[in-house]
Amino acid sequence: MLEIDGLQAGYGDVRALFGVTLSVGAGEIVALLGPNGAGKSTLLNCVAGLVRPRSGAIRWDGQDLRTLGAHLIVERGVALVPEGRRLFGGMTVQENLELGAFASRAWGGRRAGLERVYTLFPVLAERRRTAVQALSGGQQQMVAVGRALMASPRLLMLDEPSLGLAPRLVAAILEALVAINRAGVTVFLVEQNVPAALSLAHRGYLLEGGRIVGEGSGASLMADEHVRRAYLGPLAVRTPSPQGEHQ
Amino acid sequence: MSVLAQQLLLGLLIGGLYGLAAAGLSLVFGVMRVLNVAHGELIMLGGYGAFWLAALFGVDPFASLVLVIPGSLLLGALLYWGLFGFVVRAHEETRIKNSLLIGFGLALALHALAVRLWTADERSIPTSYGGAVLSVGELSIPLVRLATLTLALVLIGALQLLLSRWRWGKAIRATAEDWQAALLTGIDIRRAYLLAFALGTALAGAAGTLVTVAYSVSPSIGLEWTLKALIVVVLAGLGSMLGTFVGGLVLGLAEAASAATFGGPYREIVGLVIFVVVLAVRPRGLFGR
Repeated sequence: MLEIDGLQAGYGDVRALFGVTLSVGAGEIVALLGPNGAGKSTLLNCVAGLVRPRSGAIRWDGQDLRTLGAHLIVERGVALVPEGRRLFGGMTVQENLELGAFASRAWGGRRAGLERVYTLFPVLAERRRTAVQALSGGQQQMVAVGRALMASPRLLMLDEPSLGLAPRLVAAILEALVAINRAGVTVFLVEQNVPAALSLAHRGYLLEGGRIVGEGSGASLMADEHVRRAYLGPLAVRTPSPQGEHQ
Repeated sequence: MSVLAQQLLLGLLIGGLYGLAAAGLSLVFGVMRVLNVAHGELIMLGGYGAFWLAALFGVDPFASLVLVIPGSLLLGALLYWGLFGFVVRAHEETRIKNSLLIGFGLALALHALAVRLWTADERSIPTSYGGAVLSVGELSIPLVRLATLTLALVLIGALQLLLSRWRWGKAIRATAEDWQAALLTGIDIRRAYLLAFALGTALAGAAGTLVTVAYSVSPSIGLEWTLKALIVVVLAGLGSMLGTFVGGLVLGLAEAASAATFGGPYREIVGLVIFVVVLAVRPRGLFGR
């Protein structure tokens, strides 16, 4: 299980997280919701080791992740599908997926891993020899999710996997997440598509201005007055968060 | 006509070595975003390595590659641990500046070391087959130079194979494309940097050996070879080792053509013209992504 306690982080003089505390239990799907600039990506990047926190704790199965290099965090079974996918554009689908299994924990089982990913996303099997930059956005997102799965993670974190995708593809990606979770992988999901995220998450947290301002089960957040106004309102216009943006 | 053809042929033959010299620079720059201006001095050291093996132990210069390449690999690893490993900790903009400072310092130091060890004289390696020539029509092809071109192509091909098939070769390519994404797949990018730098140095060592066999070596050839390699990297672009090799051939031919047309002194000008024109017209190079 993932425990984040009093996490503070930022870039240079800009602070992005002001003491965030949350947890993701084994086998759960947990959604982290919030407006642009709330610090959601920073939080995932801290867990993945790409951003070093100023203070606070990040524990994964009781072990402190803050001092580990990003590649060693992958070895502990924590994988991130980063914002914007960050695929290796010049390489083929299969090369991208195989690189996903680079960690020693996964390298030996990469053939079985490929089969699993191709079963989950059959369209990728057809296009395995295609350079990923020639794929559609939805297929690229499948490669991104598949590449993270190739590390055979126990915790899969995703940063805005539905961004820029047509509704049909969003549904396909989210269905895949449910299937991945059923197979025993804990899922920690950052999403701006709040209804979609809450429809599959067991629990959710609201992050605004670098602070947790709400939490609860998917259904209770769905019913929450603030959530409805801010994220699900009829005009779907985001109101400024109570604390204001810290950008 | 046949004089021009002969000159173009010789240009093509040296162009293969330009390509090999550039491949190492391109690999290091593409992966680490570090411009190693001492690359030519590493070529020079490779040349003296072969020279020493021939002079002291009578090792055939082509056979000496078997020792020079692993020796250069090791030297590259040591230089990474001692110098360039610190540069890659900096941000990408600072990296170029820092690498230039370290590179120029290293170039001066290696030049001084070479003068100390081998004097400033020009050295070559005499062999029994050195004068052999293959005549095709009116053209005469120096066999040693033909062999260096062939070996350069073989080495580039081997590198390409290594980068596309070997687990760490793929990691090197991934790190060159996006180092953060590489970290997220579990690649230890410091190790990828180390391997890229060691491989780049090995290519420089091999190039130096071939240069010394076919031409000659002196402590001051470094800057000239860094410049040629840089021109080829700009001309060919990053990302394709075979493209870099072709870029070397193009530079060799262009130099020969301009020397034949405008006279010998113009040989060096054409490379700089290519450099400026490519940067202005097609900054990613002929084969770059």
